[in-house]
Amino acid sequence: MGTPRQALLLIGLLIAGSACGAAEAVGGAGADWASWQASDDVADTASLQRGARNFMGYCLGCHSLKYERYSRLASDLMISPEQLQLLMPPGAKPADYIVTTMPAADAASWFGKAPPDLSLMSRARGPDYLYQFFKTFYVDPKQPTGVNNLRLPTTAMPAVLAELEGLKRAVFKAEQKPGADGKPMTEQVFDHFEMLAPGRLSAAQYDEFVHDTVNFLDYVGEPTQLERRALGVWVVLFLLVFTCLAWLLKQEYWKDVH
Amino acid sequence: MAPVTPPAAPQDKPRGVVAWIYKRFPVQEFLSEQLTGYYAPKNFNFWYFFGSLALVILVLQLATGIFLTMFYKPGEATSFDSVEFIMREVQWGWLIRYLHSSGASLFFIVVYLHMFRAMLYGSYKAPRELLWLLGMVVYLALMAEAFFGYVLPWGNMSFWGAQVIVNLFGTIPVIGPGLVEWIRGDYGIADATLNRFFALHVAAVPLALLLFVVLHLVSLHHSGSNNPDGIEIKARVGADGHPLDGIPFHPYYTVKDIVGMGVMFVLLAIVVFFVPSFGGLFLEAPNFEPANPLSTPEHIAPVWYFTPYYAILRAVPDQRLGAFLMFLAVALFVFLPWLDRSPVKSMRYRGALSRAALALFAVSFITLGYLGLEPAEGRYVILARIFGFIYFAFFLLMPWYSRIDKVKPVPERVTYHGHA
Repeated sequence: MGTPRQALLLIGLLIAGSACGAAEAVGGAGADWASWQASDDVADTASLQRGARNFMGYCLGCHSLKYERYSRLASDLMISPEQLQLLMPPGAKPADYIVTTMPAADAASWFGKAPPDLSLMSRARGPDYLYQFFKTFYVDPKQPTGVNNLRLPTTAMPAVLAELEGLKRAVFKAEQKPGADGKPMTEQVFDHFEMLAPGRLSAAQYDEFVHDTVNFLDYVGEPTQLERRALGVWVVLFLLVFTCLAWLLKQEYWKDVH
Repeated sequence: MAPVTPPAAPQDKPRGVVAWIYKRFPVQEFLSEQLTGYYAPKNFNFWYFFGSLALVILVLQLATGIFLTMFYKPGEATSFDSVEFIMREVQWGWLIRYLHSSGASLFFIVVYLHMFRAMLYGSYKAPRELLWLLGMVVYLALMAEAFFGYVLPWGNMSFWGAQVIVNLFGTIPVIGPGLVEWIRGDYGIADATLNRFFALHVAAVPLALLLFVVLHLVSLHHSGSNNPDGIEIKARVGADGHPLDGIPFHPYYTVKDIVGMGVMFVLLAIVVFFVPSFGGLFLEAPNFEPANPLSTPEHIAPVWYFTPYYAILRAVPDQRLGAFLMFLAVALFVFLPWLDRSPVKSMRYRGALSRAALALFAVSFITLGYLGLEPAEGRYVILARIFGFIYFAFFLLMPWYSRIDKVKPVPERVTYHGHA
């Protein structure tokens, strides 16, 4: 077995091949995947804590949050120093930035491109995008990793979460569409998912897992956002009072103008 | 012999240090000439807030900009990281940065409303042509300032936006390619470009901006403010030598403008604290990814305040002609004082032709702004051509329609309904 990429490819193909017969349609089927919403809420601290745990467990192996420190995470998400010790990888200190130990050069040669830093991914792509990305992996033997994604076709990311979600097959149907030259052409359109092999989590549990993780990435995108909104209420109230007083002053002066 | 008593000194006569300064510097004369003794028409309406509000935002941008400069590090390898450092680790850095980024958009909102006011009431007409021209220099400087500033975070849209805009200069015949290389300081948008844009953004352009704002104000206070009726208030002077329809700028307009400032700050605070990206209009999503010369964003669009011109650029199939028309679209404002042949200033006393033309122009400007944000394909291009045509027709046909337009008689005194 040479590289992780080949290993993953093999695993993917094996599962895809063996489970084909046992396929069953996933509930909801997912034809409307492009309109799925993350319905994230960064005020839900418990969800953010679970999201942080998910990130450390499943993402940090390859992805960094290079603008966020462990200590900042702990204070914003109300994680105690003892809990933080359990959360951090061995050797990391609270003041460290959350950086993967995977060397970028190796990652680039294994996956074709280095896994991106995720600090700002929720701001660059939006939480809904991330939610859809996490939930639309499907088996595709044509891909080097053995899996493909509806949100980000030909993604270099392997199905890291297949252990939890299970593996899905995407069923496409042929649809007639007017082509660029006006002639009708046949296009393969995604129709629904079929579960090939179940993972450790039920569909509802996996949805919760993704929800928490996206929520956490939304928080990391802008850690000050909670403070920002809380402070904003007072600033706007102050300015409204100020403006009212200024208006009364103006009325007083302008009485003289006829 | 009656005892000689020295006369009591008047209470408001300055003494001590203040008197010492007044003797050596014309503080009182300056305040009197520019504020308490500067008579402005009493009939200013809503549209007259935006001049002083623009000044307030200029101060806001300078103040927040100075603090950002303390932590921002220009450079291909450092810019993006330093902005995130400001957003996350500098005390109140996020507030300063959001004030500055939202302030940039607010600056253009206020300046566009200010310019529309001038077009609505003919404020560019004699004797205020030079005032208008100085304002146009301020507008050009502001566009340069905004463009350079937009490149500094070194996000992917910064990079590709700079690429597109700088390459426009390459369409100039003969000198184009050399000029582009000279602007960039490299064969592509690179570290040298970023650093010179930083120098221009924090030193050169702000200095020019301040200078021309001062000249704009000097010119304004020399010719006096226009007003919604387009009447020269200096023509009717009372026994005290002051215009009958004028009131001292201070305290009347200072207290009034503070109300306007309060309203503007409420709106600014709502943006800064609750929707700082403003749905991708004030801070674009692709700019949260670092500059990447190998990955072009799906749609390259400048920030909203440039999109009317960008729509015109893309509406023309020939790139050179498109770039020329885009620059022309900006430059045509300069000629307004001479394109407008109407005998009256204010829209209040102009006829249906002028009013319809201005309304169509405003609709075109806003529609082009929207189209510039959309991909340049299909019906968007057709619409951009239609509204671009209206945009140019507004200026180029003005000498004709403003002359034949039926005007109403202009009253001798301004329209003002005092407080009951």
